[in-house]
Amino acid sequence: MRWLDYFRRTSPGSANVAKDRLAIIVAREGRSNIKATYLPQLRQDILQVLAKYEKIDLDQVTVNVESQGEYEVLELNVVLNDPANVRKLGSSSRHAPFFSDVKSNSLSAR
Amino acid sequence: MAKVVVVTSGKGGVGKTTTSANLAAGLASMGYRTVAIDFDVGLRNLDLVMGCERRVVYDLINVIRGEATLRQAAIKDKRLDNLYILPASQTRDKDALSRVGVEGVIEGLKKAGFEYIICDSPAGIEHGACMAMYYADHAFVVTNAEVSSVRDSDRILGLLDAKTHRAEQGLDRVKTHLLLTRYAPSRVVKGEMLSHKDVIELLGIDFIGAIPESPAVLQSSNAGVPIILDPTTDAAQAYMDVVHRFLGEDRPQRFLDPPKRGFFSRMFGGADAPVAAAG
Repeated sequence: MRWLDYFRRTSPGSANVAKDRLAIIVAREGRSNIKATYLPQLRQDILQVLAKYEKIDLDQVTVNVESQGEYEVLELNVVLNDPANVRKLGSSSRHAPFFSDVKSNSLSAR
Repeated sequence: MAKVVVVTSGKGGVGKTTTSANLAAGLASMGYRTVAIDFDVGLRNLDLVMGCERRVVYDLINVIRGEATLRQAAIKDKRLDNLYILPASQTRDKDALSRVGVEGVIEGLKKAGFEYIICDSPAGIEHGACMAMYYADHAFVVTNAEVSSVRDSDRILGLLDAKTHRAEQGLDRVKTHLLLTRYAPSRVVKGEMLSHKDVIELLGIDFIGAIPESPAVLQSSNAGVPIILDPTTDAAQAYMDVVHRFLGEDRPQRFLDPPKRGFFSRMFGGADAPVAAAG
């Protein structure tokens, strides 16, 4: 009964959802992040320094650049498996303003 | 000065070959000496869409390997004097598509006096697609208003910025043009399809036009006649507008709003979005 559609309210479209999802994808993998191409090397370098002091698993280090409005945040997370190490390094983290995004069981500070 | 134009998209089935055929035919119909090269080695289709499949003797790989001259391989279009097609090979191995070989072909075509060299890229971001875009001055990024196509176009734009002759030599960037194909304004109005504004905002490049979804596109590829040669259809007019804009003319966008429908048509019938073909 097609003519009945005329009286029905149109359902909200899915195009907005598509746009929001794409905006995130394009920001994350897109061309605007060309300067982020040094991230793998940065990750490697930081890992080497940390490895002098602690046993660290390569998979436990993540480096990310995120845009938040007009500025960008460099986020680094190092997860230490040994709870003893977390306490030890965590307590000294105030000397390392480089780290951000506090997570449980991870070495981080603003 | 000859211009090399790549028609690319990343995603398959969005209308690259259709666009290559129509862009080439449109430029040729305006008097420019134009050649369209099919870079889809192993899966050639441009010859079929342009209606010259039975006249293919030699192909791009034959020329690159020195087994045929450009003059032997390029097929002259039956309808337009200025239009030639250089088909892809059907069987040979893709590795034969070397950078030096492609450069030789493009230089040869420039020397032969062609003003526009249209490179029809294969889908994907592999070797064939990279070779098709490598020597480009302009890129038509063919996109459907749909998530996977937009994402793939973004990837392709990244490659155009980094993996082309212009990028590697530090020359001016490849000039990119966003072409929306299979666009259905009636679905955009309902919020079912991304609008042209959404896609422009997401990709951030120059918008050259939208080709409305139209059953005539499938009919024209069935017949092997580029649709632009039948100016009665909206898709043909949209392609012609695109060609004019590409040549620097200012043409208003005509196909971004749904066609007006009468009372009876709204009440009782007719499909909103007829199905069209990709190429």
